[in-house]
Amino acid sequence: MSIVPLLELQQLQCVRDERVLFTGIDYMINSGDIVQIEGPNGSGKTTLLRTLIQLFPHDEGQMLWQGHPVSHVRYDFLSDLLFIGHLPGVKKTLTSRENLNFLANLQGYYTAEQVDEALVQVGLYGYEEVIGYQLSAGQSRRIALARLYLTQARLWILDEPYTALDAQGIGKLEMLFIQHVEQGGAVIFTSHQPSNLSNVKRLSLLDYRPQASHYEMQEEGVDDY
Amino acid sequence: MITEVSLFRTFLVVLQCDLVIGFRQRGDMLNPVVFFLMVVTMMPLGITPQANTLAGLAPGLLWVVALLACLLSLNSLFRADFEDGSLEQLILRPQSLYFVVIAKVIAHWLTIGLPLTLVAPLLGILLSLPAEGVVPLWLSLLLGTMTLSLIGGIGAALTVSLSKGGLLLSLIIMPLYVPVLIFGASSVRFAVEGLPYLGTLAVLGTFCALALILAPLATVGALKMSVQE
Repeated sequence: MSIVPLLELQQLQCVRDERVLFTGIDYMINSGDIVQIEGPNGSGKTTLLRTLIQLFPHDEGQMLWQGHPVSHVRYDFLSDLLFIGHLPGVKKTLTSRENLNFLANLQGYYTAEQVDEALVQVGLYGYEEVIGYQLSAGQSRRIALARLYLTQARLWILDEPYTALDAQGIGKLEMLFIQHVEQGGAVIFTSHQPSNLSNVKRLSLLDYRPQASHYEMQEEGVDDY
Repeated sequence: MITEVSLFRTFLVVLQCDLVIGFRQRGDMLNPVVFFLMVVTMMPLGITPQANTLAGLAPGLLWVVALLACLLSLNSLFRADFEDGSLEQLILRPQSLYFVVIAKVIAHWLTIGLPLTLVAPLLGILLSLPAEGVVPLWLSLLLGTMTLSLIGGIGAALTVSLSKGGLLLSLIIMPLYVPVLIFGASSVRFAVEGLPYLGTLAVLGTFCALALILAPLATVGALKMSVQE
């Protein structure tokens, strides 16, 4: 049983605006994996993440969640998923505490003490009553990241989690990743920064660029020549 | 094991959140009511202060202005959620989005439609609406504004990903608002003319019940489509 990977991608291909972003991705994400998705701007990192969480359709290949197609086990998959996009989902008119309370209670039952404890963990102690307008970009992101302390989901998918975080915040987040995978979870994230984590698996989207673009590049090369 | 969150609890969490936000942004909440008040106050100045003429126009005028006030507020229904990313989080819950949409629409109605309904009889006096028309005006707006919010949700969801969706939203929604306007204004007019008005109110009630069941389904589909961009 332990051989079945948590999430398996088979020949995944995505087309956006009639352009093939990536094709033929075969990848296995097991519990205990930290996967960093790499690629230059516009290579489709965010699109890949949005495809993984079923917010963007893939046009070829399939995704298996614990051996079953994701579309068949959608409920189980989404129950076990925590996604933080590059929009943190923090409301400008609510306080930090209300924001986290709202986001966390959509996913499970959490008491006021647990919510406050999570805010302490991300370094927002003393900012519980501060309204969203007055929070900096980094602080808003920390509210979103505080959800990681309040979730039971095994698969974390994070789009650019390091954005706007200071060095200490990044260190703390990496500690949390390690703790999470030691408990059998898995983390998939995108980042341009080289990670300090030692056991990160890398998935470079440059390896999955469509063949056609290679030909095009060669043709361009011939013209130059 | 993952704990399941009951649909009713999600409904309450979303409703509470939206009401708190609505209350914090009292300016936005009062905007449609102030619009309603201003237009109706201008009417006697612009048309005629004569009571008989105004009384004849009052049912239709009150309803048209209430409808436009409601339409003005629709653009913001899902806008903030879309822009701050919380719409994605709502869609990524394993459970259906149906009750979330109903919660958001009810919050919209409580902050926009209900205040409009509450001030309408007062404005009726400004337009010399006969006393027999006050209760039907109240009842028809109560049912009508709820229907307007529910139907408006579809348009708001369809245009949420467009940066300038305001005009398109009005164009999509206007035709769907016409039956509500016709039956709403006629129930008030029938009452003023001494005709039975319960029939038209019943039709409004039917619209409301149908919209409550069907409109959120369309809204859910439209929201999912908008987020796929």
